[in-house]
Amino acid sequence: MKNTLIHTLKKATLALSVATALTAQALSATELTVYTAVESDDLQKYAQRFNQAHPDISVRWVRDSTGVMTARLLAEKENPRADVIWGLAATSLLMLDAEDMLHPYAPVGVENLDPKFVDQNTPPAWVGMDAWVAAICYNTIEGEKQGVPMPTSWEDLTRPEYQGHVIMPNPSSSGTGYLDVASWIQLFGEEKAWEYMDGLHNNISRYTHSGSAPCNLAASGEAVVGVSFAFRAARLKSQGAPIEIVFPSEGLGWDMEAAAIVKGTQNLEAAQTLMDWIVSREANEMYNEGYAVVAMPGVAKPIENYPLDIVERMIDNDFSFAAVNRDRILQEWQRRYDGKTEAR
Amino acid sequence: MSVSLSALKVPALRYRFSSETLLKLLFLLAALALMLIGLALPLYTMLLKSLQNGAGDFIGLANYRHYFSTPALANSIFNSFYIAILTMVLVVSLAFMCAYGITRTCMPGKRFFRVLTLLPILAPSLLPAISLVYIFGNQGYLKELLGGASIYGPIGIVIGMCFWIFPHALMILVTALSNSDARLYEAAKAMKTSAFRTFMTVTLPGVRYGLMSCSFVVFTLAITDFGVPKVIGGQYNLLATDIYKQVVGQQNFQMGAVVSVILLLPAVFTFIADRWVQRRQTSQLSARAVPYQPEPSRVRDWTFALLCYAVAGFILLIIGTAVYASLIQFWPYNLSFTLQHYRFDGLGGNGWESWFNSLKMAGGVALIGTLVIFTNAWLVEKSKEFPVLRQSVHLFSILPMAVPGMVLGLAYIFFFNHPSNPLNFLYGTLAILILNTLIHFYTVCHLTSMTALKQLDPEFESVGASLKVPFWRTYTRVTLPVSLPAVLDISVYLFVNAMTTVSAVVFLYGPDTRLASVSVLHLDEAGYFASAAAMAVLILLTSMAVKVMHAGVTFLLLRKAQSWRQR
Repeated sequence: MKNTLIHTLKKATLALSVATALTAQALSATELTVYTAVESDDLQKYAQRFNQAHPDISVRWVRDSTGVMTARLLAEKENPRADVIWGLAATSLLMLDAEDMLHPYAPVGVENLDPKFVDQNTPPAWVGMDAWVAAICYNTIEGEKQGVPMPTSWEDLTRPEYQGHVIMPNPSSSGTGYLDVASWIQLFGEEKAWEYMDGLHNNISRYTHSGSAPCNLAASGEAVVGVSFAFRAARLKSQGAPIEIVFPSEGLGWDMEAAAIVKGTQNLEAAQTLMDWIVSREANEMYNEGYAVVAMPGVAKPIENYPLDIVERMIDNDFSFAAVNRDRILQEWQRRYDGKTEAR
Repeated sequence: MSVSLSALKVPALRYRFSSETLLKLLFLLAALALMLIGLALPLYTMLLKSLQNGAGDFIGLANYRHYFSTPALANSIFNSFYIAILTMVLVVSLAFMCAYGITRTCMPGKRFFRVLTLLPILAPSLLPAISLVYIFGNQGYLKELLGGASIYGPIGIVIGMCFWIFPHALMILVTALSNSDARLYEAAKAMKTSAFRTFMTVTLPGVRYGLMSCSFVVFTLAITDFGVPKVIGGQYNLLATDIYKQVVGQQNFQMGAVVSVILLLPAVFTFIADRWVQRRQTSQLSARAVPYQPEPSRVRDWTFALLCYAVAGFILLIIGTAVYASLIQFWPYNLSFTLQHYRFDGLGGNGWESWFNSLKMAGGVALIGTLVIFTNAWLVEKSKEFPVLRQSVHLFSILPMAVPGMVLGLAYIFFFNHPSNPLNFLYGTLAILILNTLIHFYTVCHLTSMTALKQLDPEFESVGASLKVPFWRTYTRVTLPVSLPAVLDISVYLFVNAMTTVSAVVFLYGPDTRLASVSVLHLDEAGYFASAAAMAVLILLTSMAVKVMHAGVTFLLLRKAQSWRQR
């Protein structure tokens, strides 16, 4: 018994080592460690499409939420472990760039991208991939049951019939939450925006720590209205959630997913090859499978669950305004709403 | 090693003492080194940040002044203490009654109950959070029970914490209650002492140490946990979620470090209180002790049985709900059954790979951790030499519990990933995950070992010494076998916690070492609640399988080594 077990084990180990040797050979030379916040169900697709063009570079993913990934990159500053960042919020990349952690590089074909999606410096420290747009998730079943109508604008959410039915991310915990607050300030002007949020605060049932949670909670009927972002909403809807995706009429806050080379990489050449592919038409067509707005003009085809005029409805987002004023805005937000957040 | 030892033995017997002492010193130094590398130095690197600004310049206490001027702070401190004390009172009293039922009564179905009470630590912390929403959420099937109150707040936090902390408390208290001296009870009976008086004068004093350390453990676990409040706590501010906001929400490591320091204070308090209690603790299980065997008593046995079954029923309700959640199409709108969530759609095909990584990591932690932790506890408790060294090892062993996982994880990045650290090759490997997890769960295992060891009469060591038996022989021939139940509990405890831990390792896994528990988090974040529940159930089943295997293998071992306990 014991002998056969050991025998089998030995055989298995042998087979395993042969297999590892073979795959290692097939994947050959370069391995790139890529940090990302792209949804985990998309990662395989991203790597496979890239490998169709460049089979000689293998992508080894490390994936987590935007906040964790950004914290991790900053913490690793002294001795970076990632070669490339592919799919992290541009605001995060701005922070990393301010810490001088990115290796500027102009990918071949970067001139084909919308200049709004490319870092202003030459060569650019980062390049955008697609836009990630704020949206409201509205649960149709619960809305009908509880007599809460579907909102069409941000302003609607302050109306009395929404009292206790709205969930949004806490801007101190979630990048999506801060994106909302920053976009309201840019849309309405600072004073009006705080007035708006005062009204909204009265209707909020609770603030969550994650940006996708409000939409997840709306999808499962825990809330009627969740302030979240369009990508998550579209995914949930296609999974069968009874939600409508509302794109508020005043305008949509947004951030972009972007890519960059991490300074100090040992695999600069492969990293540059990957960056070249990241800005290619092929890649942009791939982003378009999940996102309505992508970096290369003329590529995006309308996709399910998104309005046709989405580009016009996105606000002129001033990323540096949002970044520079972050501490001040968050402190004001905490002063107004966080001190009185006892349970209802 | 063996050559040099026998060489030392040859010249004269009087040298043996010093060679043994030398060996003890080496072991103690190794224990201290582990604590320095695995805990103290990384923490120091992290906490230094609380005295720096964003650019890394020393700014004294400015961060603290800033933090204490935040209006929400008083709220967070009050809420944290409120939740932690409430959880402590609930969990310790429940766990004490259940532990009493297990060890001191003849209630029916003991073994079954013990297995059930272990279930909560076999499951990732997101499992109760998901279940509680299904049970008590706005769509929950029992939400009426809350009478209109919301689960998203203090109620949900306390229920969720009680669920996952209860087994920790039970483990310590069962160990404390199971080592008893029947002669004391016989004496009490002979003197016609009332049951109540016997309980107050014999039982309670005997477990005082276990009870106190249990309370400290529960309090500290409750005050540092951020998993439950993050998911179900809504906007109820706690110190632990403040760290999350600072570190993950705003990437402000400096302020995160400030809150961490504040959260470390309970640990320091714990250590002082622990010293205070310990000085009064006398070992109960003397070398001549006879283990207590309860006599059947219908009323008592059934009272405890009903209480324990109620606790078990609640645990089953939570776990059953998670299993149900993993099997239905789309809660709460399409309740048809399906197995598709076990394909882990949201993970793009590597769901099972992360499960395998978790298995390797947990196995490593259980094997290495049990040996290291119990041996260190033994060195601390049973040696007489080097008191300062032993005390520092003890202090460092109490500390990990008070360190929130997120802080420990980040501290490891700062320390191990530093270019000038010779250990930086460990970064991103399975080894660093093992080290991190071992340290993260060190305290409860250490306290369990200490509780078990304290109840062993020091006479065992004195007799060993006077018989000129080297200390390691006393350790391997007497101490280890006698403490086998505790040692085995520790190894299972480490394994299952390693299977479920998230908060620290989320910063440390590399491209090849993603873990199943992290996958649960990712699936939940992406709104795949059912797949998240499925992965959580898979982890639960794995830990259960390991637990059953473990029980089978050790049953014989135990029967052999513990036969002296039976009369």
